[in-house]
Formats: sequence, C-alpha cells, structure tokens
Amino acid sequence: MRSDPADYKLVSPGNLQSVLSLLASEPAQWLPIAGGTDVMVLYSAGKLPNRKLINIWNVPELRQIEVFPDSIRIGAACTYTALRKHDIVSREFPLLATAASWTGGIANQNRGTLGGNIANASPAADSLPALLVYDAEVTLISARGERRVAYRNFHSGYKQTALAADELIRDISLPRRFSGYVSYARKVGTRNAQAISKVCLAALGQIASGAIRDVRLALGSVAPIPLHLIETEQALTGKKIEPSLIDTARKSAVKEIRPIDDIRSTARYRAAVAGNLVAEFLEKLAAAGANA
Amino acid sequence: MKPSPAASAKCEVSFIVNGEAKKLLAHPMERLLDVLRNDLKLTGTKEGCGEGECGSCSVLLDGMLVNSCLVPVAQACGASIDTIEGISAHASMHPLQEAFLECGGAQCGICTPGMILAAVHLLEKNPEPALAEIREGLAGNLCRCTGYMQIFEAVARAARRRVRK
Repeated sequence: MRSDPADYKLVSPGNLQSVLSLLASEPAQWLPIAGGTDVMVLYSAGKLPNRKLINIWNVPELRQIEVFPDSIRIGAACTYTALRKHDIVSREFPLLATAASWTGGIANQNRGTLGGNIANASPAADSLPALLVYDAEVTLISARGERRVAYRNFHSGYKQTALAADELIRDISLPRRFSGYVSYARKVGTRNAQAISKVCLAALGQIASGAIRDVRLALGSVAPIPLHLIETEQALTGKKIEPSLIDTARKSAVKEIRPIDDIRSTARYRAAVAGNLVAEFLEKLAAAGANA
Repeated sequence: MKPSPAASAKCEVSFIVNGEAKKLLAHPMERLLDVLRNDLKLTGTKEGCGEGECGSCSVLLDGMLVNSCLVPVAQACGASIDTIEGISAHASMHPLQEAFLECGGAQCGICTPGMILAAVHLLEKNPEPALAEIREGLAGNLCRCTGYMQIFEAVARAARRRVRK
C-alpha cells in the first residue's frame, strides 16, 4: 500500500543546531532524510515506520569535504557524485571513489549520501568495505555533544548501529596514510549500476622485502554487517605471497564470513566468490611487489 | 519504535519549472513526480518502478539528474526543475530528440523522457563521451524494448553534431 503524504510531516530547519534540537526533543520520532534514496523507497512502499521526517539535505555543515594534512573529513550528506569528483578522494582513497561509481546509477549518485549509506547499514552497501579498510572514524553529534567512534565498531548486528536515537552522523574521517598501498576493489553482481552486490571486496596491501608488510581486507554482502577480515589479515601479515599462502587466505576468508541464501545469490556461491576475490587481490599484490 | 501520528498541512511550494515560476500547495512528502504530473499536468515524466531503479521519472533538479519519485517536494522548494516538456526549445526538437528518432532509439516510449534527460545531463558534463561513458551515463535508465544499442548510437550522434556546431 502506498503511503498517504497527508500522514507525514517533513520539516526543513536548514541548520545543524535546529536539527539536533528537534532530534533531542522527541528522540526516535524524527527520521533524518538526506537524498531519500533509501527513505523514499520505504515511504512509497508504505513501510516507513516514522511519520515525522527532518530534512538534512539542505544543512551546509553536512555537505563539506574538508582536507587536513593527515586526514580528510567527509560530511555525512556528501553525495557519491561529490566523492567521485573530489580530487583527494579519487587519488588517495580510490576504493571509496570506485565504490561510489558502482552505487546506483548517476541519478542515485547525485542524491545518495555516504552518511545515509552508513546509517541505513545494509550489509550489501558497496562503499562500506572501503571505509573499513581505510580505518574510518565517524563523528556522531547530538544536542548532548559529539563523540567519535571507530567505524569498525559502528555496526553491531544486522541493521544495528552505535547511533543513539537523538544522534546524527556528522562526518566520516579518513586518515591520509594509504597512498603507498596497492588497492583492489571488485563488485560481483548482475550488473554494475543499480544491481546490489552478491559480493564486493575492498582490499589494501603493502609489500616490503618480498613479504606482506600490511594488508587490509573487507567484504560486503557476506555477513549481517560489512565484514572486516581480521583473522585473514593476521594470517597474511609478514608472509611471502606463495600459492600455499593464497590457499590459506582463501580458506581463512571462507571461515570468517557468514553468508546467506537470498534473492540475489546463495551462501555457497558467495563463499566461493569471496575466496576467489581474496586470492585475486593477493595475486595482484604479489605482481605489484615483484615490479616494485 | 512506535510511529506517532503526524498529519501534515499543505505548505506553499515555489519553484521554477522549465523556466517558469510556479507556486502551489502540497504536502511536503508528496513526491516531486506526482506534483509534476498531477498538479502541473506535466505528464511527460513517467513513473516506472517508483523506487529509483528504472530512471523513467528522471528530471533535472538544479541541473542535477534525479529520480523524481525519490524527491519529496519540500526538498525542491526554490529549485529550478527541467522536465522533458522543457527540453525542446519552442516548436523545434532538441538535437537529442532528433537523434533518438533517426536512430530508432524509442519504441514504447515510457523510458524515453528519462533517457533524454539522462543524456542531456551527460552531454552537459561531458560533451564528447566515449561509448563506455554513454553507457555509464544511462546505466540508471532501463529500457525493455530497444536493447539499448540504438539509444547509445543516438546519444553519440547528437554529441557529434553538437561538437561540430
């Protein structure tokens, strides 16, 4: 059943302080809406639990990308288009720029936001594995003040997050220390645009003296949350890339993930693809190390 | 989370549609798509999926391609909107419309307005797109008739003509 717009409120305070006061006045009643690419879908299908919405699309504080010497801070309501166009994001955080280019089509990239992707907390979101490997930190803000949460601790379960009822994601901060890494991003899905991933990988690695000095791996669509492959990273660090190590990594990745059967794929296929993507990345990393 | 009732009053919406200032009353969560079609009778903008997957309802909002089914009208207040009705200047067709006709880029016509808007947006940002860029620019617009090839050819043809001028 389609929703009746007469049953819904939407207010547009236009500045951060007023948004936070409203969220504090009736916690859990007000749902922030930025580009609407998730919220409007639920609304149109008659499945939106909130009847009161607060527009954050026109809040300038949430739309900036600030560049500091050792980090960049991306306002939560920055769009995928803004991320793709940003010079530092494309150059130093290619996994994020690539994931932005996979998300939806151009129209959805013009409206969909990074903060919205995080708050919506879909385990299949394309940009979230990139945030895990880049060691992102999110700033949560409310009328009570602000706090910073390591992104790896943000998702606690399927659609469960660290966000309190009166809080808003203000920005996502990424440390600028990954320029020297080999990066690898791959989405496996029915088509790049619009279709949601069956599996997607974001990976970073560095080779020194023939061995893996540092490696960072995260997968989407293989667990209830975007998944950081911590055990597989540990199994690889300090090792020389050989066929036996690739085999170990493949098995470790398959052990760490918790894929399910759903309309887009099967657990068995996802496990096979997840292992293959990790192996493919390590082969690329080895080749880059050999050429270095 | 229990929803609390929140009946909303209609509010005044002013924006510019195809170059003309418009003022009307609407509930803030009405979809821009419905306001364009029902209130302004601009039925060239089509509804396909109603969930941002098909691109049939594409319009330009302050020059940005958007799916109008996903835009609450309150977010369009003060904006400048271009729909398919505003794309052709007076009686003559837009070069993209001509190229779509010549190349057979339209069959049933439901996706065509959105395709044209997406192509207008693409050529605005990138006047000489390669085929891969045309494909990417139109990837959010689904067509179930043409098989896409004639559409890509039409956009390439319009781009060549535009650059030559």
